[in-house]
Amino acid sequence: MAVERFPVEASHILMFARSIGDNNPIYSDESHAAGTEVGSIIAPPTFAQASAQFDPDYFLRPKDGQKWFGSGGTASGTLVKDKPEEDSKSEDEKSGSSAGGLHAEQHFTYHRHLKPGDLLSAETKPGENWEKESKRAGVLKFSESITEYRDQNGELVVTARSVGVVTEKVIEQ
Amino acid sequence: MGLNTDGLNVGDSYSEVIVEDLTRTQIVQYAGASGDYNPVHSDEKFVTEVAGYPTVFAHGMLTMGMTGRMLTNYVGDGRLTYYGVRFVNQVWPGDTLTARAEVAGLREENGESVVDLVISTTNQDEKFVLTGNATARLD
Repeated sequence: MAVERFPVEASHILMFARSIGDNNPIYSDESHAAGTEVGSIIAPPTFAQASAQFDPDYFLRPKDGQKWFGSGGTASGTLVKDKPEEDSKSEDEKSGSSAGGLHAEQHFTYHRHLKPGDLLSAETKPGENWEKESKRAGVLKFSESITEYRDQNGELVVTARSVGVVTEKVIEQ
Repeated sequence: MGLNTDGLNVGDSYSEVIVEDLTRTQIVQYAGASGDYNPVHSDEKFVTEVAGYPTVFAHGMLTMGMTGRMLTNYVGDGRLTYYGVRFVNQVWPGDTLTARAEVAGLREENGESVVDLVISTTNQDEKFVLTGNATARLD
């Protein structure tokens, strides 16, 4: 992932804070924020993840003119599942990988907190890969990535480390 | 305002109910705000018929975000220097989650007093859904 322009805006912070059920006025009320230690509206600690909105290639957002893997008229817009015998599904189709993998870990190091008016860019580099055996989901394939968020002055503001996992089978409940 | 070093001890803890009866609508709200539209979080037909789960489930990042509210209510706004978690079990519509932070250590970092916290979030069955750590600057 490379995000060239991630403008941090007050209305986006407000919507994000609402979505996590956080009505702390530091995320929405300028006059309240002006009287606090931080001095302005700031973004909630996990807000950097919303950079996905500004990643032109983000694969978990439907895009104009491209088929989407979620349901429309059929259960999936991209998987062909009209084979006559249902049992012919490959192991891969039955696996958790059809869900596009799951989020296993997320870590943020804050060099400073984000605020409206910041214009960020983000660069992601791959980290380590490893495997683990699990009783509930078979072989787990983990992959790590590191994203550095820099502000309009080129200063590092947030470092994020993300670990994704693809499970061999759907996780048993 | 942050937490005060004076009177803070290893083993002290703080907890909050971060969501009661999680709704599918809140999961959709998070998808819209974060930009993560993975259909496993909002598309009942896809998630049951293709992905093979019993129903939609929350983004891990929604649980991390809600747990973050407990953290900032405890340590103060703009005080976190690190916040990291593992998503150890899925979170489902109808879940009621409680997030907890416990003081694991008090130390100096870059000339400032900081607290290291161990974090966990559990569901109504006392099952862990998230575990993690955080560090925050103290007064």
